[in-house]
Amino acid sequence: MHEIVRREEMASGDVILNEIEAPLIAKKAKPGQFVILKADERGERIPLTMADADPERGTITVIYKVVGKSTELFKSLEEGDSYQDAVGPLGQPTHLEKVGTVACVGGGTGVAVLYPITRGLKGAGNRIISIIGARTADRIILEEEMRAVSDELFVCTDDGSRGHHGFVTEILKRVLEVETLNLAVAVGPVLMMKLVSDMTRPYDVKTIVSLNPIMIDGTGMCGGCRVLVDGENKFACVDGPEFDGHKVDFDQLMQRLDAYQSEERESSKAHRCRLDE
Amino acid sequence: MAKTEDVTEKKTRIGMPEQEPDERRRNFEEVPLGYSPEMAMKEASRCLQCKSPTCIEGCPVEIDIPAFVKLIKEEKFDEAIKKIWEKNRLPAVCGRVCPQETQCEGRCVLGKKGRPIAIGNLERFAADFARQEGIEDGSLQAKPSGKRVAIVGSGPAGLTVAADLIAKGHQVTIFEALHKPGGVLVYGIPEFRLPKDIVADEVRNLEKQGAEIRCNTVVGRTVTIDELFKEGYDAIFVGVGAGLPRFMNIPGENLVGILSANEYLTRANLMKAYQFPEYDTPIPKGKNVVVIGAGNVAMDSARTAMRLGAETVRIVYRRSRDEMPARAAEIHHAEEEGIEFFLLTNPTRFIGDEEGRVVGMECIRMELGEPDGSGRRSPVPIEGSEFEISCDLVIIAIGTGANPLLTRSTEGLKLNRWGYIEADPETGKTSIEGVWAGGDIVTGSATVIEAMGAGRRAARSIHEYLTKSA
Repeated sequence: MHEIVRREEMASGDVILNEIEAPLIAKKAKPGQFVILKADERGERIPLTMADADPERGTITVIYKVVGKSTELFKSLEEGDSYQDAVGPLGQPTHLEKVGTVACVGGGTGVAVLYPITRGLKGAGNRIISIIGARTADRIILEEEMRAVSDELFVCTDDGSRGHHGFVTEILKRVLEVETLNLAVAVGPVLMMKLVSDMTRPYDVKTIVSLNPIMIDGTGMCGGCRVLVDGENKFACVDGPEFDGHKVDFDQLMQRLDAYQSEERESSKAHRCRLDE
Repeated sequence: MAKTEDVTEKKTRIGMPEQEPDERRRNFEEVPLGYSPEMAMKEASRCLQCKSPTCIEGCPVEIDIPAFVKLIKEEKFDEAIKKIWEKNRLPAVCGRVCPQETQCEGRCVLGKKGRPIAIGNLERFAADFARQEGIEDGSLQAKPSGKRVAIVGSGPAGLTVAADLIAKGHQVTIFEALHKPGGVLVYGIPEFRLPKDIVADEVRNLEKQGAEIRCNTVVGRTVTIDELFKEGYDAIFVGVGAGLPRFMNIPGENLVGILSANEYLTRANLMKAYQFPEYDTPIPKGKNVVVIGAGNVAMDSARTAMRLGAETVRIVYRRSRDEMPARAAEIHHAEEEGIEFFLLTNPTRFIGDEEGRVVGMECIRMELGEPDGSGRRSPVPIEGSEFEISCDLVIIAIGTGANPLLTRSTEGLKLNRWGYIEADPETGKTSIEGVWAGGDIVTGSATVIEAMGAGRRAARSIHEYLTKSA
């Protein structure tokens, strides 16, 4: 059992932070790695890239968006409640080295995953230009944390309620025009990662994206998380979750992420019916 | 209830009652229903009690078969199970999933003229009797040796090593990557062939004897082999299985609706997706399902798809019936349940719709040519014979490879060219002092009982090592 020692609601309750007791995982976790959580006996195994890990407190932190049955169930867990299962750290850690100037681009809940990577890249001695965005001002998460590990920080909202009125890619375009970037990191909705990768390609700026496809075991056993990278199948759980954005087949990834759309609806509906009873 | 064989004569093998095909093809209940005590005693009475029994030679864990069969005949069921336990810790499992026809029963003298004695059915009977009556095995209690052994993987190999070492007084800890112990017995073999309660019972018995089981621990990630030694383990057994799914590598394979058998069966079995939405994990329900491959895993996948409501389920296999690797009984069960076989047929590409979902598969007819390295006649495509099968779910069951997660993170562990661990076939010793390995991660995909046999040999060698160094 893995107790939730801290729980916060962000983005008007759409996004939840859980700090969870998991000493063995916390001891090993590195930026870029993920865990799989399962709430109870009947629950799904949900992969979540960690936002933080504290080996001294023996805790890991995940920040997730409530999108379906399983994340609704996660959301219903209070401080003091426990996840039945937590396993990790899984996947390859981010390769953290000094390369020069790095653009860190995050959209929505992706900022939660971007933050430890940004912190690590800053710690490695890089100059960091961060661009974070969300639909509205209240959906911007970890702004202060990101500011603390960035040399420059730009905030964007789709509706203009905070910072730049528009998409992160618009700011990135400006940055690419005036700066010589040595690396870009993009974490967020698949479409955003695709657009960022398309934008950096002509500038020949290597771009790392962090993927979160559908998977079961997280150890290379099911092959559900296979992603076409440079024409070759990779397993996001063991070869990733980070890949070269210029080589990922994002269109296929989007289709594969929608594989269980109708089941998702059925499951959420059944869940709400049970809650109403 | 149907009976697979006649019960009329004493010399006739007693068939085990089964659920009728029409009924069982839509439920997940176990197919064979078990012997009654009368049936078991009657079947046991057919045993000739050979002076030098050949059946034992056919058993990878060398159960004293004539002895336990005789005890069943004499209605001493509790003694029969204890006799089995002397050599086999998982009889309820083995009685169900062992390929007896090529092992013990394949060597039975009765098989020369008629049907061999139903050793598997009798083993299952004894084990189920023990479960129902709550008979426990006290024989494992031994004086503590003070030695600690880490076992990586809780499948058949790991469970056997654990039981054997506990019996010698060593303290064992089993590390399992998934959230439930049992390995392939839990994620791979379906409920209708091996009820999960049975596996849970076997594991619980081990825990009662003192085994500690740590789930959700990925050795190679959560903890490494080196760290286990630092934590004070005196020996380590690696039995992580061969869980890397193979794909066809043909166009369209990443379309939605194409899954590895590992994924499909794990969803159904481990995650209980066949009970969706009561359980949260979904599983694709195909109307027209194709399963590629013809091993036991392919049969399990096909029969699962049928139970999930498919209209058609087709096994597509590039060789002919004679080369199908599945057990004859499994093929027979699948056929009874209405699964069709497209033999000498090989997929060449998958066809998708505009949303990226699979809607069909292009195949080519094959003919058998010269024997290949495996001794089987290799299939050769017949030019111009391409045709299409329409389908909305494809399960790829063409075998597995070595999962590199643990082996890559363990320096000095020697692998063969396919990525399997090099281990001494007699002892299970690897290239690292104090590390043993066995089961599919050494041999590649094989059977439950072969993994248990490897576990048995490794446990013997580990015990020797631990007592020598004492």
